[in-house]
Amino acid sequence: MAVGQGHVVKRSLLNSARFRGIVYQVLVVLVVLAVGWYLVRNTLVNLEARGIATGLDFLEREAGFGIGESLIAYSPADSYLHALAVGLLNTLQVSVLGIAAATVIGLVVGISRLSGNWLVARLATLYVEGVRNIPLLLQLFVWYGLVTALPGPRQALNPVPGIFLSNRGLKVPLPESHPLYPWLALALAVGLLAAWGVRRWALGRHARSGRPFPWVLTGIALVLGLPALVFVAGGAPLVWNVPQLRGFNFVGGGALSPEFAALLAGLSVYTAAFIAEIVRSGILAVPAGQTEAAQALGLSRAKTLRLIVLPQALRVIIPPLSSQYLNLTKNSSLAVAIGYPDLVSVANTTINQTGQAVEGVGVVMAAFLTISLALSLLMNWYNERVALVTR
Amino acid sequence: MIDRQPHDHSATGVAAADVEEPSAVSLQPPGPPRLLGWARENLFGSVPNTVMTLLALALLWEVVPPFLSWALVHAQWGGDGAACRQAEGACWALVGERHRLMLFGVYPYDQHWRPLLATAILVTLLATSAVRAFWRPWLLWAWLAGFAVIALLMWGGVLGMPYVETDMWGGLPLTLALAVLGIALAFPLSIVLALGRRSELPVIRAFSVAYIELVRGIPLVSVLFMASVMFPLFLPEGVTIDKLLRALVGMVLFTAAYLAEAVRGGLQAVPRGQEEAADALGLSYWRKMRLIVLPQALRLVIPPIVNQFISCFKDTSLVTIVGLYDLLAATKAALADPEWRPFFVEGYVAAALVYWSFCFFMSRYSQWLEHQLATGQKR
Repeated sequence: MAVGQGHVVKRSLLNSARFRGIVYQVLVVLVVLAVGWYLVRNTLVNLEARGIATGLDFLEREAGFGIGESLIAYSPADSYLHALAVGLLNTLQVSVLGIAAATVIGLVVGISRLSGNWLVARLATLYVEGVRNIPLLLQLFVWYGLVTALPGPRQALNPVPGIFLSNRGLKVPLPESHPLYPWLALALAVGLLAAWGVRRWALGRHARSGRPFPWVLTGIALVLGLPALVFVAGGAPLVWNVPQLRGFNFVGGGALSPEFAALLAGLSVYTAAFIAEIVRSGILAVPAGQTEAAQALGLSRAKTLRLIVLPQALRVIIPPLSSQYLNLTKNSSLAVAIGYPDLVSVANTTINQTGQAVEGVGVVMAAFLTISLALSLLMNWYNERVALVTR
Repeated sequence: MIDRQPHDHSATGVAAADVEEPSAVSLQPPGPPRLLGWARENLFGSVPNTVMTLLALALLWEVVPPFLSWALVHAQWGGDGAACRQAEGACWALVGERHRLMLFGVYPYDQHWRPLLATAILVTLLATSAVRAFWRPWLLWAWLAGFAVIALLMWGGVLGMPYVETDMWGGLPLTLALAVLGIALAFPLSIVLALGRRSELPVIRAFSVAYIELVRGIPLVSVLFMASVMFPLFLPEGVTIDKLLRALVGMVLFTAAYLAEAVRGGLQAVPRGQEEAADALGLSYWRKMRLIVLPQALRLVIPPIVNQFISCFKDTSLVTIVGLYDLLAATKAALADPEWRPFFVEGYVAAALVYWSFCFFMSRYSQWLEHQLATGQKR
């Protein structure tokens, strides 16, 4: 008894898990603060020794360097902030197009790998195993080398009339702008809205009364038909601005720079191999019994795929797919190696010119974190919609 | 029982075979020869299937003969750049001429046996580590000894080997060493981060989550740039840090965040009852983790770690961008010579083959290992 009481008396704060937890956390905070303070102090001393002012003031200063391609107006007289915005837009442009292309290729290859056709399945396997085991940067070098090794503008390849492929990139004809075109966009928007409304109504009626309505076909007809109707009603004004050889380069039309083309090709081909594997495993994850049950109910092959297999496969596919989309966006920073002016490349030039490494890296980090966060929010929202609804 | 031994020459065996044979033949379904039947089933089963087969064959016909003609028939296997310009096909002479530059970078030419030996040691160690029977404590010591020998070989300065600065290191040994060290040094950090993320202490959890998500949100190129531009600023004045070391630290910090998520997956897969049982036994947190949870969790994460190693191996190519001469950068440098510049595809194909064979065999190994390790769980 006495011994037991002695223990109670001796029991100190150290034996309380709660107290120790607080002590550990305070210690960790102190260590992190100390390391942080040490690094910041060193950085400040070093920056002072090099005569570099800290702060974000440099963003307002004149950039003074040219950028090869830009979605918004830019000249070297613009500010660093403007230059970084150009870089960010270029990153977003190549990422969005790359994600679209990689999804399409990945879907086709992934389904092909499961094809009953032996030859097609083998070819898809060859693609996946070949592409994903070679570093992306090496593939980018090869793509860039191939694009720049094309003949010059005077001997440009002309596979389809009006389209020219040369070491200056890909030139395509673009329609001349016309006052009717904004109305086409409006018609497209109205069509999309109407299609969405029809879908809601059709699904609602289907759920209530069991009578289906072909909302997919109606929707496609609305989305494509309304702009077509407006186009024809407006007298079908279509003049192509075809690229023409003047001197040493092409004038007119739309262009894809060699750097952009190489980066887009490299990113989409590489990421598609990973997406293909995700699609394949997603479809394989749907139990065979589901397909058999659908066939027993008399659903056609197409309906089985659309109504039974794909909705269940999507649940497995969406989370890894969204991380592949993020990977593609982050990998677009490899643009710096082949000279496409993306955010990282512009930020590097900025850092080299101003010496403001900390701020420059901070801007890049903030931009990528924002993109990651936005994309994961979007994908999480979509994931919740397709997720299994349980009680 | 007897018909399972068709080569049994005993009287009963022969007699049994005589009896069994007719029925075995009759069991064969009548129909077209095997190859044709296979083709009908797998290639021409239906109209869409036939169309796909024909399209695939057309694609192969477009691609394979020109490729073979380029890569083999009209290829130039020896000679110099001028000879290659005459040839219509691939210039494999480039690989023969420049392979030492591609494999070892700017390391002094007459000392190339040293990086070659270092590569051999690394590959041997990797191959040894792949065998499960060798997963014993001595393997760790073998790695440490191996790295000591490699460092000695690469730096030199003793035993009559001239000293070589790290700026001159390059090629395949650099790629392999960066990948191995990147994973090995990131591993302890990733365990700490994963445990931190699952900790019950909110501050520690917040720091771990912040680190992991921050690093996973930014591209490796940015991390490497940060390492090469900002690390010198972080250090007190007068202290410099080697370019190679900076890139390695960047790789480790980056890989640790990804590895931590793999380890966390393993930790989550350990049944909750295991931890509760350890708590009931009165084990402290660290003993609980060290003796109960981590051994079970880490066994599960070995395949993801191998996969992380593969992507780390591929990612080492990014150190090209911060000016280190890994396999890719060395290949690029070997192709910079105007004599060989037109034949960049051949050079990159050779480098790609090296990367591919490492990555492909490691991914096959990871699949095999996953299968092997899962056998205990199967019923």
